[in-house]
Amino acid sequence: MARVWKFGADIDTDQIVPGRYAPYMRPDADVGEAAFIEARPEFAKTAQPGDVIVALENFGCGSSREYAVEALRRRKVGAIFALSFARIFYRNALNLGIPLFQAPEIVEALQDGDEITLDIPNGRLIRGEQVFQLPELPKFARDILSAGGIIPYVRKYGRFPGEA
Amino acid sequence: MGQTLSEQILSHAAGRTVRSGDFVVIEPDVVMSHDSLTPGIIKILRQELGIEKVKYPERLVFSMDHVAPASTVGTADAQNLVRRFAQEHNIRLFEVGRGICHQVLVEEKIAMPGKVVIGSDSHSTSYGAVGAFGTGMGSTDVALAWATGKTWLRVPETLRVTVKGRFRIGVDAKDLALKLCREITIDGANYMTVEYHGLDWLPLSNRQTLASMAVEMGAKAGIVPPTGVIADDFPAPSWLSIDPEAVYARTVVVNLNDLEPQVSVPHAVDNVADVSDVAGTKVSVIFIGTCTNGRYEDLRIAADILRGKRVASGVRLIITPASSRELNRAAIDGTLSVLLEAGATLTTPGCGMCMGRHQGTLGEEDVCLSTANRNFKGRMGSPKARIYLASPAVAAATALKGVIADPREL
Ligand code: SF4
Repeated sequence: MARVWKFGADIDTDQIVPGRYAPYMRPDADVGEAAFIEARPEFAKTAQPGDVIVALENFGCGSSREYAVEALRRRKVGAIFALSFARIFYRNALNLGIPLFQAPEIVEALQDGDEITLDIPNGRLIRGEQVFQLPELPKFARDILSAGGIIPYVRKYGRFPGEA
Repeated sequence: MGQTLSEQILSHAAGRTVRSGDFVVIEPDVVMSHDSLTPGIIKILRQELGIEKVKYPERLVFSMDHVAPASTVGTADAQNLVRRFAQEHNIRLFEVGRGICHQVLVEEKIAMPGKVVIGSDSHSTSYGAVGAFGTGMGSTDVALAWATGKTWLRVPETLRVTVKGRFRIGVDAKDLALKLCREITIDGANYMTVEYHGLDWLPLSNRQTLASMAVEMGAKAGIVPPTGVIADDFPAPSWLSIDPEAVYARTVVVNLNDLEPQVSVPHAVDNVADVSDVAGTKVSVIFIGTCTNGRYEDLRIAADILRGKRVASGVRLIITPASSRELNRAAIDGTLSVLLEAGATLTTPGCGMCMGRHQGTLGEEDVCLSTANRNFKGRMGSPKARIYLASPAVAAATALKGVIADPREL
């Protein structure tokens, strides 16, 4: 079972990983340990692989720092659900292979601490008796995710999504 | 059907007519990265892409600005790695002290009208100040652009800002930028380009303030048409012009004649108040700098307010010019000595304390009034510190009073 970590609106990248915890500032540290280190220290300490993040509008706004996404990847976040995403974050997350869904119904239903099962291959999220359908992602996003990220995608196909 | 500036620039780059919503794969003219992320991009190139070669080294630009000069052995080693890489690959590198990437690329005329500039930094929207399509990307996208010379983009919709009137005394482009964040909100321009119209009279430094802050509304790019007072210095290619038939997703009209000085209140950029609503708030640090407001013109506004006076006791005024050229301009005409005589402290041109990593990192009790662009919790140091954002004039007035003050009431 995975745990739901619920956040509010406008979670910025400084909250996900403050600039002072950038790999540049701490070359020997694991950036995964800095995930939400100040904004949600409990997450930093106890989040388990497969746990999901649920947030309101504009998740990941602010800087382009990919290490914010990298920190979540290192923690093996299973998916991110939000009412909306900031564009650079959305792109960075796809690039690093983290599934992310604009899913109002799921965001509304899930509460912090809920125990769920995420079944991405079958497009489902299960909480107790309830089964939620995952919204379908745009094709380019599905293609990047199924390759495991943009670098495996480009290495596999020798081109960018949408390139002839 | 008419085209927005983004559609024109991306059509030109793609070699075919494109519309908002289309996906394009293009070759950016310039790929910028700075000291904070270039070491990681080199690592992605080598370890994940498994290559050493950069496709078009002449299109790459490195700048040393985020932690400049280095503050730890780790940052120093990482910077040396970047220097070695630049030398081996023949890549232009702007050294420690030269200034903030977004300022330097405009000064050096690397960003020009109609160019596509991508950067490893969200404030790469700044290049729109000279009519370029500038946008920020993550390290992996930048590494792929190094390797292949290409990147992919979705052509954005455009939000048109129509500006009427002129600034009143004590009000400037920063107030307009904050007002727009207030109206459009922190995600109101998500995925879009913001195009600013009615500003032919607006000087370059002010255009840079606006374009840098487009990203604070979520925008992918923020473009001021390269017409009017900057047209001679930044000539536009013949294919780029304002198209009266262009289709905009939304239009916002702002009248400068009734614009008051604006202040963004902790902890969100779009949490904006009129200065009168927050006047009297005690501060401990005033920071004048960044790609948004660290230019000569900004220092000059502050100097005109501080001339012959001293900053209030109990406050620190930290000034970080955006570039060596801006610093030199302020030195040549005495602006700098006015600021120093008033009690300001000066740091190396670059990002300074904007990101809380060096040269003034905030502690728990600090309340900072900054001319920067972000006041997220923890942005400049302790997550308990409080950050207000305002114009250089409000910053100088606040430095004099020790509390947030209206420059028009001095
Ligand atoms: S001055 Fe601040 S906002 Fe501008 S590039 Fe530097 S760190 Fe980023």
